[in-house]
Amino acid sequence: MIDFHLTKALHTAAGPRTLDVALTLAPGELLALSGPSGAGKTTLLRMLAGLTRPDSGFLRVEGQLWYDQASRQWLPPQRRPLGFVFQDYALFPNMTVRENLAFAASDQSGAAQLVSELLELLELTELAGRRPSALSGGQQQRVALARALARRPRLLLLDEPLSALDLPTRLRLQQALGEVHRQYKLTTVLISHDPAEIARLADRVVELDLGQVRRVGPPVAVAAPATVAGRVLAVLPGGRLRVQLPGGAEVEVSGTAGVGEEIALAVVYQ
Amino acid sequence: MPTDYWQTLRLTLALASCTTVLLLLLGLPLAYVLAHSRSRLRPLAEAVVSLPLVLPPTVIGFYLLLAFSDSTALGRFLIEKLGLSLNFSFPGILVGSLVYSLPFMVQPLQAGFQQLPRSLTEAAYTLGKSRLTTLRRVLLPNMKPALLNGAVLTFAHTLGEFGVVLMIGGNLPGRTRVASIAIYDEVQSLQYDQANAYAGTLLAVAFAILVALYWFSKKDAAHLS
Repeated sequence: MIDFHLTKALHTAAGPRTLDVALTLAPGELLALSGPSGAGKTTLLRMLAGLTRPDSGFLRVEGQLWYDQASRQWLPPQRRPLGFVFQDYALFPNMTVRENLAFAASDQSGAAQLVSELLELLELTELAGRRPSALSGGQQQRVALARALARRPRLLLLDEPLSALDLPTRLRLQQALGEVHRQYKLTTVLISHDPAEIARLADRVVELDLGQVRRVGPPVAVAAPATVAGRVLAVLPGGRLRVQLPGGAEVEVSGTAGVGEEIALAVVYQ
Repeated sequence: MPTDYWQTLRLTLALASCTTVLLLLLGLPLAYVLAHSRSRLRPLAEAVVSLPLVLPPTVIGFYLLLAFSDSTALGRFLIEKLGLSLNFSFPGILVGSLVYSLPFMVQPLQAGFQQLPRSLTEAAYTLGKSRLTTLRRVLLPNMKPALLNGAVLTFAHTLGEFGVVLMIGGNLPGRTRVASIAIYDEVQSLQYDQANAYAGTLLAVAFAILVALYWFSKKDAAHLS
């Protein structure tokens, strides 16, 4: 179980605010953090990881105090058994995929086997010899997730891990994340802006705004994809189509069809 | 070539090599601290490090000469307590070179540290790695161009040193006489052929070093990007 009450001064676009959040997480729970930018989501995640020092409060993980202002306790990030997936992935450019994982796992027993296991779980075995610069965004994100798991963390922190990816890649990675969560039963905090993603993965969602908790509860159910009719205006290179929607707006989608055809588009809320 | 040509060249290369190695060891921690410091004194420290860029070498040489002599407390301490008589000796011109070339090492290294995304360091910390392991395994391997740049600039800059060495070392063959001073000396005694031998060698070495630098940084950039 994890419980905390953390505060920190924020410098938001609307002026100075105080981030003030108290929560309790059940073991194995996947909690989503959502809210507009500047709400303090990343700051909260960084305080849990020990990358940012809170102004006051406490953080207790499985009975152990990681931070307590009253008794001046502070566990540096190195000594907190957690996995952190950064928005920009932060893979080490000088190491191959396998070396990135091996570096993370080097303090663990059975490191080599753990690395192979994670490479397989996240379908990275064939890319193991490549450097991060030779990988696509989705592949880099899978490496970042595998690397975070290679330390055998007890808490997994994900800072908008999928926001920079295109929709098909994001859906595949959501599946991978769900798979990882089921297999390792890790208490997880995920920052996400995507209601569909939150509904698919999270047990609970916390909405933050200007440093305060606006709502805590189950994710809002997202309607099944609706469809909308459109007319193909042009066929673009790379399997893309320019489509006119009812009402006149134009969008670009993937697919194959001829100019002038009426097609049905699936609507995904995000 | 006469023996004093080789002697002078050996001394010049020894001075440049020792300066480069020692400045790598001194410059790395200094650049690391400067790159990560949020202290209000940081501009002051940066100004001190950069002073040798703008000061005439004779000014540096003059104050070091004073500092090493027995007329100052520091000089007396060095001579009487440590037995170090630095003026007109190789260790003396080595100390002078370390001061003179300091910014050529520290500035590229500091820029190298600052260019690395902060998240690389943080990722290593969240993986349980100490500062030293992070520096050795993550930061340094990803700033090879900066390391190469600092080392090469320091080496080349020390090769061409004149004023500082002349002030504290003089012109003692085999002890403090480096190539650039030998050139001046030969020209003074109208030995243009001898001067040409030194000057041509310095020109060729400097050019070769810079070509190697640009060659390697191009290769490295291709590999890391």
